[in-house]
Amino acid sequence: MEKKNILSFQLNVDDFVPASSEEKQSLVVMRESVSFWKDGMRRFKKNKIAMVSLLVVLVVMIFAFIVPMFYPYGYEQQMKGSERLAPMEYSADEQARIDAGEDVFPHILGTDQNGRDYAVRVMVGARVSLTVGIVASLLILLIGSTYGAIAGYFGGMVDMVMMRIVDILYTVPDVLIIILLATTLKFPLEVLATYPGFSWIQKIGPNMVSMFLVFALLYWVGMARIVRGQIMVLKQNEYVTAAKALGANNGRIIKKHLLTNCIGTLIVTTTLQIPSSIFTESFLSFLGLGVQAPMPSLGSLASAALNGLQTYPEKLFAPAFMIFVIILSFNLLGDGLRDAFDPKLKN
Amino acid sequence: MPKYIVKRAFMAAVTAFLVATLTFFIMNMVPGGPFLAEKAVTPQAQAAMEAKFGLDKPLSEQYITYMEDLMHGDLGPSLKKRGRTVNQIIATKFPVSAKLGGIAILVAVFVGVPLGSVAAFNRGKFLDNLIIVGSTAGIAIPNFLSSTLLMYFLSTKLNLLPSMGLNNPVNYIMPVIALSLYPTAYIARLMRSSMLDVMGQDYMRTARAKGISTFKSIFKHALRNAILPVVTYLGPLLASLMTGSFIIEKIFTIPGLGSEFVGAITSRDYPMIMGTTIFLAVFIIIMNMIVDIAYAYIDPRIKLK
Repeated sequence: MEKKNILSFQLNVDDFVPASSEEKQSLVVMRESVSFWKDGMRRFKKNKIAMVSLLVVLVVMIFAFIVPMFYPYGYEQQMKGSERLAPMEYSADEQARIDAGEDVFPHILGTDQNGRDYAVRVMVGARVSLTVGIVASLLILLIGSTYGAIAGYFGGMVDMVMMRIVDILYTVPDVLIIILLATTLKFPLEVLATYPGFSWIQKIGPNMVSMFLVFALLYWVGMARIVRGQIMVLKQNEYVTAAKALGANNGRIIKKHLLTNCIGTLIVTTTLQIPSSIFTESFLSFLGLGVQAPMPSLGSLASAALNGLQTYPEKLFAPAFMIFVIILSFNLLGDGLRDAFDPKLKN
Repeated sequence: MPKYIVKRAFMAAVTAFLVATLTFFIMNMVPGGPFLAEKAVTPQAQAAMEAKFGLDKPLSEQYITYMEDLMHGDLGPSLKKRGRTVNQIIATKFPVSAKLGGIAILVAVFVGVPLGSVAAFNRGKFLDNLIIVGSTAGIAIPNFLSSTLLMYFLSTKLNLLPSMGLNNPVNYIMPVIALSLYPTAYIARLMRSSMLDVMGQDYMRTARAKGISTFKSIFKHALRNAILPVVTYLGPLLASLMTGSFIIEKIFTIPGLGSEFVGAITSRDYPMIMGTTIFLAVFIIIMNMIVDIAYAYIDPRIKLK
């Protein structure tokens, strides 16, 4: 063995020989790396219950948004002489037309006391409920995640004050705020709708807009709490320190690094928020504080059906079944998404 | 422990004060008033009424008067129910709602916890799937639907149960089912997932390795650990069920606090709104406090600070 030169690094020269093509071959990535989305989707697709509920949600959406457009009856179209028909029953007028060889579309679920086709009303009611649920959930996502992210990221005094505000909002009974806000917002919104550029309010209905606002103002607290908890854990990560060292400002860190990293939680919480918003909307409509008169919602249809429950029980069953199916399938879909995208449940 | 309770009580008082203040100003900012909706009220009569209850004074003065009375435990007179104070109304209505809600909570816990545990022990088997499907369906039915459907089938169609009032024990059956359906299903789901979590823990394997009987290992080790999430859920649940559900009370014609509260809001009975809101807020805060203390009792690892 040769004498070691104390000034040398004692390196093995063989380690620095260029790699042969064989060695290079072994390093080539054989499979594409699995991204967060692909990984989640793969697990989601395996979940049969979640796939079925996704399908049900899509079918309900087709019935709520597309079918009423082609339906031979309108949801506010009143037909004289065909009031309070039983399912599949024809009025005397329509019977005469059928006898004359005309094609009359059947009233699958009958008609209501004003002679409006009930099937199309249930479909449009589902549309209203779904719209409220989805739009309100998106607003809640926006407000809740921003608020929670700021509280969680800055911590300390900021967090203290912001979370106490959340606690107080949590303690005020929500029925109080809902009823007061719904009555307060109605008039200013109607006035606002007359100004140019705000005519869309009239189109959607001031009641519906106030409902979005009420939901957004009230129910973001739950989302804020969840996001805050996530951000408090995520901000300890090295990549946040690295981003800070590179000079990224707080807004960028929250937007680019923290919120994108809790995207799984955000999706799941929003999906599970939709059924609970639909729940609350139907409760409000049941109280008579929901959407405006000719426009039906599932809750207002159910509440209207209560009066004639003895004679026309099917008028209650149709919207009740619809509410049940929508809430159930969104809940199952949310559970499936959580199983697929929540990193904690991966194994 | 006493120090913790004092600290929590102080924070509770602050929260209650803030809630009262917030409610007071929100309520007064909203357009409309207690005497506007009544027909056949001349402007003079309306002014006289407002003067009688001090509603003509500036808002800040009204606020200070109200807060002073509140400190003495006086919630003021009801504007709509002449000659009765808010204290009296709450004292007569709350027990009705609390009794109904209390029974519903007992049902929810004593049905939900066993169901969830049984599902967890039979994971993947038929019984588990049955309970999962049932509990998922249970949380998908709003209580106004469950109560109207119950009413339709049990009362109208089959004529088995009386449809209104709370005079006999039989009257409690339908409202209790309607009230406890959602929490039962929710508790069963919570219990199942936390039980599955606990069963995978090392101490469960140790218990089994020591030769403890299945019965003992479930009740001494698994149940006590798995029940924690249920206890957390019980706080807000106790508060919301015992203070009365407006819908259930309306459908089954029950004279409880929930319908009183909604009635007060729609008719702008200011002292009644304030009184019930403060009562509800204090109730929620106390329930959460009790739950936190119970938490430390069940799980000695949790230290109250």
